[in-house]
Amino acid sequence: MGVFVSKQTRAIVQGITGSQGSFHTRLMLDYGTQIVAGTSPTKGGTQVHGVPVYDTVEEAVKRHDANASIIFVPAPFAVEAAFEAIEAELKTVVIITEHIPVKDAIQVMARAKQAKVTVIGPNTPGIIVPNECKLGIMPAHVFMRGVVGVASRSGTLTYEIATGLSVSGLGQSTCIGLGGDPIVGLSFVDVLKEFERDKQTKAVALIGEIGGNLEELAAEYIAKEGYSKPVAAFIAGRTAPPGKRMGHAGAIIMGRTGTADSKIEAFKKAGVDVAEKPRDVARLLAERLGKKSISTRCKSER
Amino acid sequence: MRLHKLKLYEYESKKIFQEYEIPTPRGEVTTSSTLAKEVTAKLGVPVTIKAQILVSGRGKAGGILFANSPQEAETVAKKLLGTEIKSVKVKEVLVEERIVAKKELYFGITTDRAKCSYVAIASSEGGMDIEEVAVTTPERIIKVFIDPTYGFRSYHAYQIARKLGYSSSQFRDLATIFLKLYKIAMDYDAELIEINPLIETMDGKFVAADSRLLIDDNALYRHPEYQKRLAPEGETELSVQEIEAQKTGLAYVKLDGNIGIIGNGAGLVMATLDAVQFYGGKPANFLDVGGGASADMMASALNIVLSDPNVEVVFINILGGITRCDEVAKGILEAKKRVGFTKPIVIRLVGTNEEEGRRILTEAGIHFLDSMEEAAVKAVEIAKTGG
Repeated sequence: MGVFVSKQTRAIVQGITGSQGSFHTRLMLDYGTQIVAGTSPTKGGTQVHGVPVYDTVEEAVKRHDANASIIFVPAPFAVEAAFEAIEAELKTVVIITEHIPVKDAIQVMARAKQAKVTVIGPNTPGIIVPNECKLGIMPAHVFMRGVVGVASRSGTLTYEIATGLSVSGLGQSTCIGLGGDPIVGLSFVDVLKEFERDKQTKAVALIGEIGGNLEELAAEYIAKEGYSKPVAAFIAGRTAPPGKRMGHAGAIIMGRTGTADSKIEAFKKAGVDVAEKPRDVARLLAERLGKKSISTRCKSER
Repeated sequence: MRLHKLKLYEYESKKIFQEYEIPTPRGEVTTSSTLAKEVTAKLGVPVTIKAQILVSGRGKAGGILFANSPQEAETVAKKLLGTEIKSVKVKEVLVEERIVAKKELYFGITTDRAKCSYVAIASSEGGMDIEEVAVTTPERIIKVFIDPTYGFRSYHAYQIARKLGYSSSQFRDLATIFLKLYKIAMDYDAELIEINPLIETMDGKFVAADSRLLIDDNALYRHPEYQKRLAPEGETELSVQEIEAQKTGLAYVKLDGNIGIIGNGAGLVMATLDAVQFYGGKPANFLDVGGGASADMMASALNIVLSDPNVEVVFINILGGITRCDEVAKGILEAKKRVGFTKPIVIRLVGTNEEEGRRILTEAGIHFLDSMEEAAVKAVEIAKTGG
């Protein structure tokens, strides 16, 4: 069992007939994900890799008892797709689409909150529970079933760190891409709460980057709640030059947060190990967990 | 990752303000000092002459000057036009009637990541030091988070006007400006819109003395009139390489070191810069080829980095997810054919279609490494010994 998705997840693909949608449907099916239907207005009645296609989410959900969706619809239409999925009362909606306007993303998140639907993304590689369910576009081969819950704001950097966790034998319980946009459905705090409850997760890796204050809020949460599982973090952009500034409002909102230093300091204060290099994340967590018991168990599962 | 925001010039956002009937100082934009003189004669003195550039901290950098006669306006405009402020050339100045302030307020609207909403921000301590106010006396900053389902309503505007200490007709005038600014923010897909300072004049009126408007570049398809504006050549603070990168859709930022960096994914590229510095090197740039880069894009990326005379060595760090290593390898060979490898190149290539990518490189006699750390060490070593 992973968080948000699992073997029981029955997903539809919105935008299944597009090139990205079709390509990744095949890869998700290959991984063993239950892709039960796809949607594409006007293409109802056709099939993609043996998956039945419907004109509307309503039909697809009714016929196949789906409980999740992954959206590959281009940005100008992605909001409609997200609203449609939310109204169909799916449990989890993953929005892969990038370049969705902020104004639209804000509306989607507000609607999702009312309907108590979990939105992952937009601009995310998706979510994977190794050996159970891949609802995303990540390369499957870097992941291995294990004990570390991973939450990340980045794509390829996640694969880099996941590779390290796999090689070290720790593996991943669930790996979630929060999404690279300013407005996304899940925060580090939301995911930390899930990992706290999840039995398979023994430790957590948070992969952040400069900008925003989601890392600082996560550090505050960990310290305040007395988080029970070891957490390690990596922050990309320590040496990035201060970007072209966005005027005063951004700075007023953020105060002095947002920089790599601010995030690293916040994590350290909260007792979170901060890795200097991506490769160090696995080492730090292995040290915290006491390497032997875990690595033997995971290797045997592989 | 998009690195450049669509910023409007002050005079452009003020034109929008005027359309929405937000009071602004009377004024005109011009490229000539002679015209600045004529405009001043028409407006009456004193005037404010403001460099139209897209950098923050313009006032403190000497981009806002005053004149008390048309002659002086000409001299001042001449001084500003053609000079560089924060290394940006001033091509236009805005000549405006000078408004004497009884008080300088701040009002802006932007997004809040943690709340997933827009937020309206106001302060009675507007002006150039507003950021300092936010840090040292946060109680002087008023924030109202805007529920997207209901929007920014008149009572929100009234609440803010009251908190700023205004009543009766001033209270109404101010609230009207706030509501109009919110309307502009929504109509123009603003990521940020602000009036700073929002001046209270001696006779109790309110005037938007300076304005800033950033349009969400992901929403430009809804604003075709600005689409072509994304990084117009020569108009923004971009280097030759940056302009070239934008044409090809690559995210590039020039830095001041000598190790050229190319990678896929903003997070990975930032981590690569960090690793290079961790081992004692200095990156010459940030270049993200993005997801699923084709051979052609890879070749363009390499061309751009190699065209920077400061670059001593190029470090390519690719972790293939959607990006295929064979495409990357083909792009590297293509670039070699087009421009030749004028500098040493360190390649780290793993992930999707890794075997095929490595075969292509090996056959061409190009060496590659397995880990990012190893490759970073190697690149730093070459940069230090000069290849």
